[in-house]
Amino acid sequence: MGKISVRFFARYAELAGCTWSHVNVPTPTTVADVIARVREVFPGTQAMPATPLTALNQRQVKLDAPVTEGDEVALLPPLAGG
Amino acid sequence: MMRITRHRLDVADLLAEVQSPERGGTCVFLGTVRNDAGVTSIDYSAYESMAVEEAERILAEAHDRWPGSRVMLQHRLGVIPVGEASIAIAAAAPHRDEAFASCRYVIEEVKKRLPVWKKELRADGSEQWVESHDHR
Repeated sequence: MGKISVRFFARYAELAGCTWSHVNVPTPTTVADVIARVREVFPGTQAMPATPLTALNQRQVKLDAPVTEGDEVALLPPLAGG
Repeated sequence: MMRITRHRLDVADLLAEVQSPERGGTCVFLGTVRNDAGVTSIDYSAYESMAVEEAERILAEAHDRWPGSRVMLQHRLGVIPVGEASIAIAAAAPHRDEAFASCRYVIEEVKKRLPVWKKELRADGSEQWVESHDHR
């Protein structure tokens, strides 16, 4: 099992009830599997869309991106900067 | 360079950082909070360290495309009242075409890529997250 840091922002932090946590998943894994685990651990996040925007170690990635122990997965609501 | 602040944006600061004797055209873009249906202010939040990294990547891309240009960006976070600026971009280049183009490039990429979110605060006390609807 690997420990993956998870960060939530804006509306997703409200759904999760926190801005930062971690989940344990068998590694190596993918962003999609981390998100599936997040939905179990933080039931409020089941209201997120099926394929939320995601950053792995501060770069936007697709859901099939590989994740290993110690990585950080950030769940990003639709961007609204500027 | 990109700077995140919780204070009023300072265009004079930005200009001082991009202008130089060989750059004859300077373009400034300000994005200000609009008074949409009862909105009195917008609460901006960000994934700050990622926003800085992403903005630096965008600015580097602008510099690669228009090598004579220099572009700076400030983004304000926290509660910003209607009429005040949330973002300021200054682009200076040898000629105006590059100044306008690099400024436009940076604001469009910021809209697409910066991990920033906004919650509208209304006069009746209600709040609403803004889910991107890009009007340009």
